[in-house]
Amino acid sequence: MIPISWSLLLSAVLFTIGVVGVLVRRNAIVIFMSVELMLNAGNLAFVAFARHLNSIDGQVFVFFVMTVAAAEVAVGLAIIVNTFRLRESVFVDEINLLKG
Amino acid sequence: MIAQAVFAAFAGILVVSSLLVVLHKNPVTSALFLVSAFCSLAAIYLTLRAEFLGMVQVIVYAGAIMVLFLFVIMYLNLKTDLESGAQIAVRRGIGWIAGGVLVAEAAAFLSRRWTLGPAAAPEPMAAAGNTQAVGQVLYTRYLFPFEITSMLLLVAMVGAIVISKSRGAEPKATFERGRPAAPAAEPGASAPAAAAGRDPESNA
Repeated sequence: MIPISWSLLLSAVLFTIGVVGVLVRRNAIVIFMSVELMLNAGNLAFVAFARHLNSIDGQVFVFFVMTVAAAEVAVGLAIIVNTFRLRESVFVDEINLLKG
Repeated sequence: MIAQAVFAAFAGILVVSSLLVVLHKNPVTSALFLVSAFCSLAAIYLTLRAEFLGMVQVIVYAGAIMVLFLFVIMYLNLKTDLESGAQIAVRRGIGWIAGGVLVAEAAAFLSRRWTLGPAAAPEPMAAAGNTQAVGQVLYTRYLFPFEITSMLLLVAMVGAIVISKSRGAEPKATFERGRPAAPAAEPGASAPAAAAGRDPESNA
């Protein structure tokens, strides 16, 4: 059986890589991919605890998180496509209309 | 023992490919490394005895979501990021510092002594399949959240369609306003109108 600290450390590393991706990159689509990495880090922690506590509920929550991620990607990519049509750019530092 | 070796191998693949997602310049290559990361995460789910989630991970993430990502990347015809300049360097440095702080925090937490309740009894749910167990819980105890999820998907679908559709009607409208009788003049009439419509927004 795999120690839960391995899974949690892997989850933390994966989440950190996602955070760095959001902060470092300026392409909105790559930022979305990094958000997906963070969601998957949360899923991994859920599965690890479900295995450790021998409960199935954590896996059900992962199922819900996957659904939310799919909905988020659909709406978010629609927003990105719309912004690209409007501004000819997907770089988040050039889309600063709200900043005035 | 063999499960731990498989876990370690796929954890290495997962970390390397997610680092490449973040670091690679080309968005298409980033997306393909993200597929690799999702597939190795599915293998990790298998070693954690979540077989149903491993399959769903491959089908939903590596299948559906990544196809959507790649479709949008190729639709927008993105080139590589031109990342230079002092401001971007400063922001990138801040990002790496924040990431280092997060890693140090996680390492400090995981290296301390911490207790986690009773360890699991050795696999009583192996008799029935994992998919059956998930389904039984999902359709009894979590039935109401499951129905809410269907509503969420419906709202997301409608929202995505509405957002994508709102700008598409504009060139047609300018064409009808500009020159309704001559369809042959459509490209010449609509292109300046679209350019004129876009200019004040880009100045703002």
